[in-house]
Amino acid sequence: MAQQKIKKSSLALRSWKKLVRNKLAMLGVIVSTLMIFASIFANFITPYDPSKIDFTNMAKPPSWEHLMGTDKMGRDVFSQVLYGGRVSIYVSVVGAVLGSIIGMILGGLAGWFGGKIDLILVRTSEVFLTFPNMMLVLILVAFVGQGINNLIFIFFITGWMTPFRMVRNEFLSLREETYVEVCKAFGISNLSIIFRHILPNTTSPIMVATTINIANYILQEAALSFLGLGVPVTVPTWGNIMNAAKSIEVIRNYWWLWLFPGLVISVFVLAANFAGDGLRDVLDPRQ
Amino acid sequence: MSEAKLSGSQPLFEIKNLKKYYPVLSGFLRKTTGWVKALEDVSLTIWAGETVGVVGESGCGKTTFGKTIMLLQHPTSGELRFHFPEGPRELTTMSSKDLLSFRRRVQMIFQDPFSALNPSKRIFDSFDEPLRVHGHGNPKERKDIIAQSLEMVNLNPDYMYRYPHEFSGGQRQRICIARALCIDPEMVICDEPVSALDVSIQAQVLNLMKDLQRQLGLTYVFIAHDLSVVQYMSDRIMVMYLGKIVEMADSLSLYDAPKHPYTEALLSAVPIPSIDVKKKRIILEGDVPSPIHKPSGCSFHTRCRYAMEICSVNEPKLVPLADSPTHFVACHLYGDDSKNGVTPILTMEKHREGNL
Amino acid sequence: MGRGEIILDVRNLRTHFRVGSDDLSILRGVSFTARQGETLAIVGESGCGKSVTVHSVMRLLPKNGRLTGGQILFHDNGRTFELHKLEPFGKEMRSIRGRKIGMIFQDPMASLNPVYKVGDQVAENLLQHFKLTKHEAQRRIVEMFASLGIPEPERRILDYPHQFSGGMKQRVMIAIAMICNPDLLIADEPTTALDVTIQAQIMELMGKLKKEQNKAVILITHNMGLVAETADEVAVMYMGRIVERGLVERIFHNPSHPYTRALLRSVPVLDHGKTERLETIRGATPSPAECVTGCEFANRCDFMTPKCRSGIISAYEIENGHLVRCVLFEGAKELPNE
Repeated sequence: MAQQKIKKSSLALRSWKKLVRNKLAMLGVIVSTLMIFASIFANFITPYDPSKIDFTNMAKPPSWEHLMGTDKMGRDVFSQVLYGGRVSIYVSVVGAVLGSIIGMILGGLAGWFGGKIDLILVRTSEVFLTFPNMMLVLILVAFVGQGINNLIFIFFITGWMTPFRMVRNEFLSLREETYVEVCKAFGISNLSIIFRHILPNTTSPIMVATTINIANYILQEAALSFLGLGVPVTVPTWGNIMNAAKSIEVIRNYWWLWLFPGLVISVFVLAANFAGDGLRDVLDPRQ
Repeated sequence: MSEAKLSGSQPLFEIKNLKKYYPVLSGFLRKTTGWVKALEDVSLTIWAGETVGVVGESGCGKTTFGKTIMLLQHPTSGELRFHFPEGPRELTTMSSKDLLSFRRRVQMIFQDPFSALNPSKRIFDSFDEPLRVHGHGNPKERKDIIAQSLEMVNLNPDYMYRYPHEFSGGQRQRICIARALCIDPEMVICDEPVSALDVSIQAQVLNLMKDLQRQLGLTYVFIAHDLSVVQYMSDRIMVMYLGKIVEMADSLSLYDAPKHPYTEALLSAVPIPSIDVKKKRIILEGDVPSPIHKPSGCSFHTRCRYAMEICSVNEPKLVPLADSPTHFVACHLYGDDSKNGVTPILTMEKHREGNL
Repeated sequence: MGRGEIILDVRNLRTHFRVGSDDLSILRGVSFTARQGETLAIVGESGCGKSVTVHSVMRLLPKNGRLTGGQILFHDNGRTFELHKLEPFGKEMRSIRGRKIGMIFQDPMASLNPVYKVGDQVAENLLQHFKLTKHEAQRRIVEMFASLGIPEPERRILDYPHQFSGGMKQRVMIAIAMICNPDLLIADEPTTALDVTIQAQIMELMGKLKKEQNKAVILITHNMGLVAETADEVAVMYMGRIVERGLVERIFHNPSHPYTRALLRSVPVLDHGKTERLETIRGATPSPAECVTGCEFANRCDFMTPKCRSGIISAYEIENGHLVRCVLFEGAKELPNE
C-alpha cells in the first residue's frame, strides 16, 4: 500500500470535474452566468439608454437596429431587458442569499439544540409556510411600501423557511453521524462542531434552496411589478417591462413587447434551476 | 463492591452504581410515559493496562455503557472516578472545560469507520483540530504528530492530505485508531471496532490494536457482540443482559466455566469454524424482552432453562463465587437462596414475544 | 455417502454490471450444484459476488446487470428448466421463483412491507401459485407459522411487521419462502442482522427444514462458523470466481486454496488461547471493478509465483469433488470446463 502512487486530490477539482460531466447543469451555469454578465455590462452591449424616449421609433417590430423592437414610447426593448436584468437579478439573488443565511443559522440552532428552540422555530416556519405566499407578500408591500430594498426585505422574510427546514433536517441526521461523536469525545466545542463540521456538509441542500428561491423571486418580482406593486415603474426591471404589456391591445398587436422579456425570464429561471440541481449533485460529499 | 486486584496494577477508572435511563416521550406535549433503563447499577473497576471486554446482544446496554463512561451521555446517577496522575477525581460533577483533561486521557474508537471521518475534510483536518484543542499549538509539531500517528498504524504519512473516500474500510478504521491515539491517551474505549469490517481485514485491525496496547501500555474497554473477538482481545469479560452485568470473570474462566445460564447459552450459540468441535447447543427461547418493561426479578428468567420460583420475585445481586473471588455472577443458582431448597419450575411460562 | 439428487446445476455463470460507462465483469465463470437434503454454503467477503450469484440464478438482477454466459439448469421431477433462457419476469420464471425456489434475504426489517399484515404478505406468495380459497390459504399459513415456531399463529398472522422482533420477522420471511413448499431454499446472509442467540434459533430451523423435508439449501454467508455447523458442501468465492469447492469435511480438514486457508486462520476462535496471534491477509478486499490478469488473489497471497500472473488459472481436482483454482496444484487433474 505504501508504495502506491500518491495522487494529489482536491475536493474542488473533483467537484469541477463532476460539474463538467453533468451537461444540463453545465448549460444552466453557463446560461445564467452569461445573462448575469450581460446585465452587469449592459452599457457596453447596447448603445441605447433604456429610458430614453424616441418618438421617431415608436412601437417598431424587431430589426437589426433594435433587436427586440421598441415600445410605444420608442424605448429599445433589448436595452430595457438588459438593464432590467440588473435590478431583477440583484433583488432575487440578494433576497435568496439573505433568506438562506437566516435559514441556515436558525436551522443549525434548531437542529443542533432541538427541544424547545426547535419546536418554536418549526412552528413559526409552518405558520409562514401555510399562509398564502402571494397574500403575505402583498400585505408586506402595503406595510413597507415599494422600492428595491423593501422588496429584498420582503423576499427574505418570506423565503427563509425552505432553507431553514432543509438545514434543520440535515442537522438532525448529521448530528447522529459518528464523526460528530468523535468531535465530542475530543472535547471540541459545540460552536466549532456546528460551524466547522456540520454546516459545511449542508451546503448542497442550501445551494438547491437558494437557486430555487432565486428562480422563484424572479417570477415573484415579475408578478408584483406586473401588478404595479413591485419596484417603482420608473426603474426598469423584467417585471416592469412586462407591466407595459398589460392591455389586450398590446398582447395582440405588439408581440415583441411581452414575448422577449417573457422568454428571458423563463430562460433565466430554467437555467437557475438546472444549475441548482447540478450543484446539489456535485456538492454532495457522500457521492 | 470489592474486586480482587490485578497483581501490580493500579486502578484507573472506578465506576460505581452507574445508571442511565432514557425517557420514553409520547403525545403532542412529549410527556414522559416511561423509562428505558439502558444501564442499571453497573459497577466496575478498570485497572491500568488491562482489557475489559463487554459483550451482550443488541439492546443490552453495552454501547450506552461505553458512551456513558466516555461522558458522551451524562449518567442518570452513579459515580465515575478517574485516576489522574495528580489523584482520583469525580467526573460527573466536572465542568466541560475540566473534562478536557479527561478527554485527553480517554479516547474512543467507534464502530463505523465510514461515518467516523467527516467526508468533506482531509485526514489532516480530522487530526488537526483535536490536537489544537489539546494544547499542541505549533503547526509543525502537529504535522509531525499526525505523520507519526499514521506511521504507527502502518499507513503512509502522505495519506494525511487525502479525503476519506479514497480509503477502504480497514484503512479508515486504522486512521480512526491513529486519530484516537494522536493525543496520547491512557485508555481507549472501543465500541465494536471491527464489526463493520470484512473478515480478512478484522485480523489486521485486531493485531494492530494488541500491538499498540503493548507498545503504549494502553487500557482498553472492548465492546463487541462477537464473543470470539471479545475473548481474543480481553483479560476480563463482563457479560451484560438488559442493562445489567450478569457475569464478570477473567476471559479464560468465563469461557471454560460460564456460570450464568445466559453466558452459557451465549457461548454455546457462537458458531465455531471447525467441524471437529461438536458442542452442545443451548437454544434460548424467544427474544430479549423490551428494556421498557423488564421482567420482574431476574430479567433473564423468562428465557432461562433453570428458572426457579425465586427468579421472578427477587433480583439476584452480582456477587463473587465462593471458590473463585474474581468470578462474579448475578444468579440465584449461586447465591445463598439456592441453598434454601428451591426447585426449578418445570413448566415455565414463556414470555410472550414481540409484544411491546 | 449417498448424496441427494442434483436439483440446481449452475455451469460457468457469467454476469456483467454496467456502472457508469464501465462494463464490469462481476461473475467470471461460477459453477456449482445444489442437491436435495444438502446445504451448499457460498462463502466470501463483501464484493466477492456471492449475492450476485444467487440473484443471477433467480433472474433478479438489477437493471444494470445482465447474464453474459453460462447455464442455470433447474431439475424438477424429471423436467429440466433452463433458467438462463427464460425471460426474467416472464410467466415461466415467475412460476418457478417463489414456487419452486424460495428466497430469504439478509435484512428482515427491510424485506417486509410495513403497511400489510404479515399473514397477507405470506398469502400473497401462496395465492400467486395456487388456486385456494381464502380460508384454505389461511389454514396453511397458520400451520406454517406453527411449524416455524411462531407462538400463537392464529393471532400473529393478523399482526403488522413492526409488532414482530427481528428473529420473528426472519421466521416470517422463511414462511414466505417456504409456503409454496419449494424444493430449493436460497438464504442470503439470513442471520447477519440478528443476534447470536437468535441466529442459533434460525439456523436450527433451517437445518430442520433441510433434514426433515429433504430440501436443498443454498446458504450465502461470510461466517466460517456457520458454514462449519450447517453446510454439507462449501464454495469459497473471491472476486467473482469460486476458488475452492468441496465437501465441508475437506474444506475444513484440508483447506487448499491460500485464500481459504488464510480466511480460516484469520478469525479468532472461542477456544483458542488468546496469546496466539491472528494470521492476517495483507492488503484490502479488492473492489469488483479491479481488473487483474491471472489469479485475483495473487497480490495478497503468500505463495505467489510468476505463474499466478499469467493468463487464466484453471481449476484442479485434488480429490474427488474437491476443486481448487490455484497453480500450486498443477499436478492434479485439470478441469478445463470449470
